[in-house]
Amino acid sequence: MIPGSRRAFVLGAREALGVPAAVLGAGFLGYGSLAADAGYPVYLTLLATFAIWALPGQLVLMEMQAAGAALAATALAVSLSAARFFPMTLTLMPLMRRGAGARRLWQFLLAAQLVSMTTWAVAIRRFEDGDLQDLEARWQYFTGFSAVCIGSAAVCAVIGQLLIGALPPLAKYGLALLTPLYFFVTLVGEARSKSSIAALVCGAGTALALHAVAPDWSLLGAGFIGGTAAFLLQRARAVRR
Amino acid sequence: MPSAAEIGLAIAACGLATWLWRGLGVLLSGRLDPESAMFEWVSCVAYALVAGLIARIIVAPSGLLAETALGDRLLACAAALLAYHLARRNMFAGMICGLAVFTGAAYVRGLIA
Repeated sequence: MIPGSRRAFVLGAREALGVPAAVLGAGFLGYGSLAADAGYPVYLTLLATFAIWALPGQLVLMEMQAAGAALAATALAVSLSAARFFPMTLTLMPLMRRGAGARRLWQFLLAAQLVSMTTWAVAIRRFEDGDLQDLEARWQYFTGFSAVCIGSAAVCAVIGQLLIGALPPLAKYGLALLTPLYFFVTLVGEARSKSSIAALVCGAGTALALHAVAPDWSLLGAGFIGGTAAFLLQRARAVRR
Repeated sequence: MPSAAEIGLAIAACGLATWLWRGLGVLLSGRLDPESAMFEWVSCVAYALVAGLIARIIVAPSGLLAETALGDRLLACAAALLAYHLARRNMFAGMICGLAVFTGAAYVRGLIA
């Protein structure tokens, strides 16, 4: 390994150690507590964190399984909740492989597992900076950054899981609310485009309406019905303009 | 409650189902138009599903959160969002404020028996 690229790995790891690791850690602290509540042993909490590495998907899985939904329906819902990764890897990977790719396809397919909302957002922004113009340095930066994020998430999930039993009731409720609260603020606070706002409102409305009649299908329904409604609304607006 | 083996199987299936999108992104990078209608529909569906999930957990949760009051949870969300914006998009401020309001309201309600 070239010393210069090694430095980029450390740089990525160090930049992840601040706010990104802490915010992710908070979310996974809550996830650990919910996992304990759902009857997960610690090793399954870790397996879910590494194998899925997407907090919304991990929550969908937990929710649907607790509700007794079928495996196929659960996997479909989790997969749909992860569709956002498609545009993310689609836009991120070319930034690390353009030109004469020094890396092989399978390495990119493995690295794709590291892509999350946080790692993607930071990497896309940092890759514009002068110190990360070299493709190998970007690769190293991205893997270093992601390693710290996943490590922090895993440690915090275990802490959350072990802590929940030892906490007084009030703190337990607070910990359980942490993850949904985090996503609520992320979704509502960060929604900028008209189509994402429409999708938020339609998705939430459909899920709550369906929850009363068909709780098993409320998440899939929210995605398909709410998402399609938001999409059509946007189309109609665009056409009128 | 599902057994550990059932949970493990579901995790494996869901991990694969999640990775498919990431892998597909790698394979198609540079070959698919991010401005296309198909692309926009997929992101709308993804967004709506996650929004539905969070709405359901907050309004009609299962498990531990089901023991708390709906009003307290909604109050906490409003407080967190307000603090987040007042502190110039600071996630920590939002979380701390939301949790403080939530536990405070629950305490006043006499939740801790």
